[in-house]
Amino acid sequence: MSTVAPSTRVELDYTGSERLTMNMGPQHPSAHGVFRAILTLEGEEVVGIDAMIGYLHRCHEKLAETLTYAQYPSIASKTDYVAAMTSEFAYVRAAEMIGKIEVPKRAQYLRVIAAELQRVASHLLWLGTWCLDMGGALGGGATVFLYCIREREFILDLFEALVGARLLYGFYQVGGVRYDLPPGWTDTCRETVDFIDRRIDEYQRMLEENPFFLVRTQGVGVVSRELAQEVGLSGPLVRGSGVNYDLRRTDPYSSYEDFDFRVPVETGGDCFARYRVRMVEFRESLTIVRQALEKLPEGPISSRPGLKSVAQIRIPKGEAYARVEGARGEVGCYLIADGGPKPYRMKWRGASFSNLAILPHIIPGHKVADVVAIMGSVDPVFGEVDR
Amino acid sequence: MPGWVVSLIAPFIVLNAILGIVTYVTLLERKFAARMQSRVGPYRVGPHGLLQPIADAIKLMMKEDVVPDAADRPVYNLAPIVFLIPCMLIFATIPFAPGLGVADLNIGILFFLAVSAMEIVGLFMAGWGSNNKYALLSAMRAVNQVISYDLPFIFAALVPVLLAGSLRLSDIAAAQAGLWFVFYPVIGQLAFVAFIVSTVAAENRAPFDILEAESELVAGFRVEYSGMKFAIIQLGEYAHVIGASFLGALLFFGAWAGPGPEWMGPIWFLLKAMVVFLLVTWVRWSFVRIRVDQMLALSWKALLPATLVLLIGTAVVVVWRTPGV
Repeated sequence: MSTVAPSTRVELDYTGSERLTMNMGPQHPSAHGVFRAILTLEGEEVVGIDAMIGYLHRCHEKLAETLTYAQYPSIASKTDYVAAMTSEFAYVRAAEMIGKIEVPKRAQYLRVIAAELQRVASHLLWLGTWCLDMGGALGGGATVFLYCIREREFILDLFEALVGARLLYGFYQVGGVRYDLPPGWTDTCRETVDFIDRRIDEYQRMLEENPFFLVRTQGVGVVSRELAQEVGLSGPLVRGSGVNYDLRRTDPYSSYEDFDFRVPVETGGDCFARYRVRMVEFRESLTIVRQALEKLPEGPISSRPGLKSVAQIRIPKGEAYARVEGARGEVGCYLIADGGPKPYRMKWRGASFSNLAILPHIIPGHKVADVVAIMGSVDPVFGEVDR
Repeated sequence: MPGWVVSLIAPFIVLNAILGIVTYVTLLERKFAARMQSRVGPYRVGPHGLLQPIADAIKLMMKEDVVPDAADRPVYNLAPIVFLIPCMLIFATIPFAPGLGVADLNIGILFFLAVSAMEIVGLFMAGWGSNNKYALLSAMRAVNQVISYDLPFIFAALVPVLLAGSLRLSDIAAAQAGLWFVFYPVIGQLAFVAFIVSTVAAENRAPFDILEAESELVAGFRVEYSGMKFAIIQLGEYAHVIGASFLGALLFFGAWAGPGPEWMGPIWFLLKAMVVFLLVTWVRWSFVRIRVDQMLALSWKALLPATLVLLIGTAVVVVWRTPGV
């Protein structure tokens, strides 16, 4: 007996009160992009929700068939544009798995550094926008948002020094990474990491000593452990529901086994538990960056140096599914290669897409104000949901 | 000068002074919020952005006035004015210096509190007349909120009344010549905290801005308003906050009392009102928004009983300290 409803439409039983249908999105201040929820309300209480996606569909998977293995990583970053590094990472890993391409140790460490800094940047944006959802652009939420954006700038500056781009990178390449660290980057990175570490303590105090923040998040949007596993959540959401599942630990890739870090697990399952998980992840990511900088080995940054044309990389026939732990959960890439310079078929497993499926299960029964708090705690990025 | 000329000129001066203050208070709030958020704030229009409010006003005047097809036109058009009138009328009884005010009624504070609660009519008209679901939800929230928070607001404001023994605002100010009521042991501080909390709530400011709630209800009751009608609603809202700040400065900070010659009185009063206003602003920019059911619970379960007990306690203290009773 499955508890999962066959469609996205969920509505509680009729109680006799008058109902109002209200359209929220796709253009709404807290739609986090282009999410559309058709809410059925009884006064302030949400009794039904029909979640609709697809407003940002850009044929990414078809597009991948027309681009070579050297070209697509730069485009892959446009799926999840808030954590662009992780999508590139999944794509190049899939290609490397089919072609059995070795990645030099230094490149693996550089990949880890970029991925973890990206996680911090992504979580900073999440914290800011989530507080913005709950606190409003004309209230305390805006204050947290601006603080978080200020810190995120420092990480984007690091990426700019490394890649030359601030949002969409093309840093990962099949066989390694595209650029080595510029001189002085390591020191700047260490300073930034220490700085952000201190600032995160500040935010945690600011939020957790605030009773209004606690009443808005504790006990709101509870996801049970069973429901989390059945819907297929991943990342901070599933860890907030008491499942100890982190791909960096359960299925290590790119030398993650070399680093010493904790995987936070909370059992509450509510918005506050998801918040706590992400707050710990901030610090663990910074720890990993510190360790990677410390142990960074010398050597080449790619096993395929000196790319002469975009069609030079050819992957032998085969198929593979590669997954990485992105900021929002498991980012997977299923790739079928036919021996040419372009893949035959490609399929994304977006973490936001799977996580978003939880909304119809938990929103009915909450107040209108909780809808935005729950949606913010899921942290969807619609570039990744619709692709 | 005949009396009726004075009664015509005085409101005219006060009204225009209030409009000027309200316009520039928006700049003060934006600058203050910007400092809290490590920003600079408005800077481009004029030196340090000093002309920004004027630029905003001109921009709003030049905007197209859009009326939704399905709106209830008379209600929709009338709502901003109905909203603005009580927000301006509350300044009528405030004395800005001894003998300097529009009307120093003997029931001054009652007039203030009664008129200030009337803004709900305009709010509900705006929410209903827009024929928009977001606006309707906001209007329903407005009724909830204003009813729940006007009572604690009144109870907190009545504590200084008991201490001064008069409903006339100038008497209350004069009674604080020795000791400002905010420094009155225990009672004064508690009443001031209750006053600030219920002011923030009754004025629909964050964290109690569930009427506007732009992340849920987009802009609440004024979602369909644009141009000058929007500006009038905005003006009314700020005027109401400023009015409540003046009341707070009068009830708790001794109104015009301060060092310097007598003509400095209104300036001191304005400065104190701005301190109260910045206190409200500080709260606004530090908290996330509270949910509607939690807001009601806070009012009916905590704030209302607490202020009622405080009021009774004040009465007991006043009777106990009055000789010969």
